[in-house]
Amino acid sequence: MNTFLRNLSPSQQVGLLFVLVFGILTAISVAAFVMSLKDTHEDDLHTQKLKEFNGVLRTSWLMSTVFWIGWTLGETVATVLFGLVAFFALREFITLSPTRQGDHRSLVLAFFVVLPVQFALVITRRFDLVTVFIPVYVFLAIPVVSALADDPQRFLERNAKLQWGIMVCVYGISHVPALMLLKFPNYEGKNAFLVFFLVFVVQSCMIVEYLVGRRLQRPPSAPNVSKSFNWTSWLIAVVAASLLGGLLAGLTPFKPAQAVAMAFIACVSGSLGHLVMKALKRDRGIPNWGKRGVGVTGASGLLDRVDALCFGAPIFFHSVRWYFGL
Amino acid sequence: MNDKLSPLLAKLMGLFLLGLIRTLTGAQARWQGCPPKAEQRIYFANHQSHADLVLMWAALPEELRSITRPIAAKDYWTKTPFKKWITTAVFNAIYVDRAKTGDQDPLEPLVEALTHGDSIILFPEGTRGNHEEPQKFKAGLYNLALKFPGVVLVPAWINNVQRVMPKGEVVPVPILCSVTFGVPIALGDGEDRGEFLARARQAVMDLRDS
Repeated sequence: MNTFLRNLSPSQQVGLLFVLVFGILTAISVAAFVMSLKDTHEDDLHTQKLKEFNGVLRTSWLMSTVFWIGWTLGETVATVLFGLVAFFALREFITLSPTRQGDHRSLVLAFFVVLPVQFALVITRRFDLVTVFIPVYVFLAIPVVSALADDPQRFLERNAKLQWGIMVCVYGISHVPALMLLKFPNYEGKNAFLVFFLVFVVQSCMIVEYLVGRRLQRPPSAPNVSKSFNWTSWLIAVVAASLLGGLLAGLTPFKPAQAVAMAFIACVSGSLGHLVMKALKRDRGIPNWGKRGVGVTGASGLLDRVDALCFGAPIFFHSVRWYFGL
Repeated sequence: MNDKLSPLLAKLMGLFLLGLIRTLTGAQARWQGCPPKAEQRIYFANHQSHADLVLMWAALPEELRSITRPIAAKDYWTKTPFKKWITTAVFNAIYVDRAKTGDQDPLEPLVEALTHGDSIILFPEGTRGNHEEPQKFKAGLYNLALKFPGVVLVPAWINNVQRVMPKGEVVPVPILCSVTFGVPIALGDGEDRGEFLARARQAVMDLRDS
């Protein structure tokens, strides 16, 4: 089996990975469909859970398709696709953060200048600039535009919100395609595995944390922010996902120990980032970024799905670059 | 413009605008009080921006869009040839004079459209408000309801549009907007004008938090 895999060309290996992912998704979707036939009670708790699950499933289909299209059409198209994801995520974030008329120009700057420039930097592989463009240059430019709008009311708060939106939605997401463009020696054509590694490890960490949390029933560590977060199940999840990352080392340019360490870094930042996003949601008084009827706006809830990745990707990217001196 | 070319151009422009509006705002329609149905209707909504008209147009499903005509303020939407072309060829709008001139009844074009069997989109505040709550409704809605008792009156709340493009700005910003359609109301037997208008305004405002 192992030699068979090694004899395949990189693109065949990646293709196999997609066949596997789509196969699993199809199996789960069919199972969910059959389950939905069985239930008829509308407000049953079970039906409600199934509905929620279907939402997650749909996002998985969407994300996998985006990845697949990105992979088949090349890195540039993939980066543009992630740019679109960032655009929709930022749209969702801004919708739920009240802005004033004075913020209009800063918003125009964020959506139509900062976002395209950041992804253009990624496409052209200017990674040093990718890392500092938003935290340094944009961080200082946005308040200038806001100040020129001549509206001092809640100035700091409004700017902080916008900065955060850009940081999470644009900066965070732009580091996912950046991983695909990173040049490892002897790893040409296989960078899709690196993205898969990051996404898979972070998502597994979230799922394990959820499952362990339900089993252990520990008191939450920060009950006002999250009813489910506690240090014990968090630690178990991070360790489990890191070990899983070690098992996947063969897919990556890392040695097993390095893979465990990299997975650990990604999981810690991703899961804690998810907690931070929860705090932001509590501050806005909403349970989800896009639940219909609650957020009033009919947002699609994209940010709920990608928030862990938004925090995990930049730190993962930076650690990889720094450690391997790329 | 060439006669053969212009319907095609209008169609393309319509598709382009739909794409643009959906990318920027989502233009989500939430049919809470009634289903989207091809019956003759008067949709009446709050008015905060000139883009309200465009958003309502985009939120309606394709089949209803072709039989529903929005009301456009004549002075704003005929200012340039491009605006005029868009409102007539793409939105199929009805122009209304906001400044009363002489003895002409400003409702006349609306009456004509309703007689033809079209549905219309009305902003009963008359002008754009920039307050949280809609202003008092003008009598037009009452007069039309009296004249056309068979037409269904559907209240609608347009959310967030003023944030997309505040007064005086040119570049729109992407923010999610939605239109909520409520339970239809009807003019009661011998109902007082003021009473009815207050009730209609309340029906629109009730949709804000639902």
